[in-house]
Amino acid sequence: MNTASRTLSASASSQSRILQLAFAGMLGIFIVGFSGFAHIDAVHNAAHDYRHSMGFPCH
Amino acid sequence: MTIFRNVVFVAALAGLVAGLAMSAMQFFATTPLIVAAEEFEGMEVAPAPAAAPSVQDHDHGHAHASDDAHAHEDDHGHSHSGWVPEDGFERESLTVLANVVTAVGFGLMLVVAAELAGGIQSWRQGIYWGFAGFAVFTLAPGLGLPPELPGMPAADLLPRQIWWVATVAATAGGLALIAFGRNAVLAILGVALIVAPHVVGAPQPVSHESSVPVELHSQFVTAATLTSLVFWVVLGAMVGVLRGRFADPVAGAEQGSLA
Repeated sequence: MNTASRTLSASASSQSRILQLAFAGMLGIFIVGFSGFAHIDAVHNAAHDYRHSMGFPCH
Repeated sequence: MTIFRNVVFVAALAGLVAGLAMSAMQFFATTPLIVAAEEFEGMEVAPAPAAAPSVQDHDHGHAHASDDAHAHEDDHGHSHSGWVPEDGFERESLTVLANVVTAVGFGLMLVVAAELAGGIQSWRQGIYWGFAGFAVFTLAPGLGLPPELPGMPAADLLPRQIWWVATVAATAGGLALIAFGRNAVLAILGVALIVAPHVVGAPQPVSHESSVPVELHSQFVTAATLTSLVFWVVLGAMVGVLRGRFADPVAGAEQGSLA
């Protein structure tokens, strides 16, 4: 009983760990995607030199 | 949400440092070349002389472009439509902002990937992870789509962005299979995954003829690649240094873990 509940809580916490990591990773992808790839003119022009310097496809 | 909070904290601090370092490097190494190339942007490529040397001649486009192209400037190049920052302080500070913000984004991806593999334990290990980030985000996409200067011909933007993202994903997956795959077959699959986007090939322009001098571009490719390398090394090392301060010594016992 004791062992079973321990296992359950351990797996739940590792699930939450994966979920939190996935969320942080998605946030990173969103940030880079927006500043490096957004087709909005103002974003492109603001990050223009940055995009060129990082070798992101530009124009 | 302790892991999430710690990951964001480490990524934000490491990204701030690496982004500022990148901005300083760009200020001296890449931005002057971008500004220099903008002089050529919008120029018609000078038509090759009648007795044109063969296409193999690597000198083409450079010698005559700079002399003749002044004669017929027009709006051949792309235009920056919409709002454009003022040259000088506004433009520089937006570049710094973009550097820091994106460095935090790269930092998040780096920390998350490393946490899945046990976490970065030291600054030196962080540098190795930084090398991986450099390979994934600079080296691999740069093989097919070298960093461009303004005014250079290129294929349509969207197919290039798709190829870029696909190459980054394939290279990251390939490296992960090689480093963490359980057997040799997975490692071979990893190599295949890294090679595959280059077999498919990046979208290329109809002609590479450009009024931007070849020397300027080759300087820029070197500068952009090396500044990116240092950026990734700084980012990885900073994650290694900072993570130690956030890792919970109780939860992770030997390894130390972010929660």
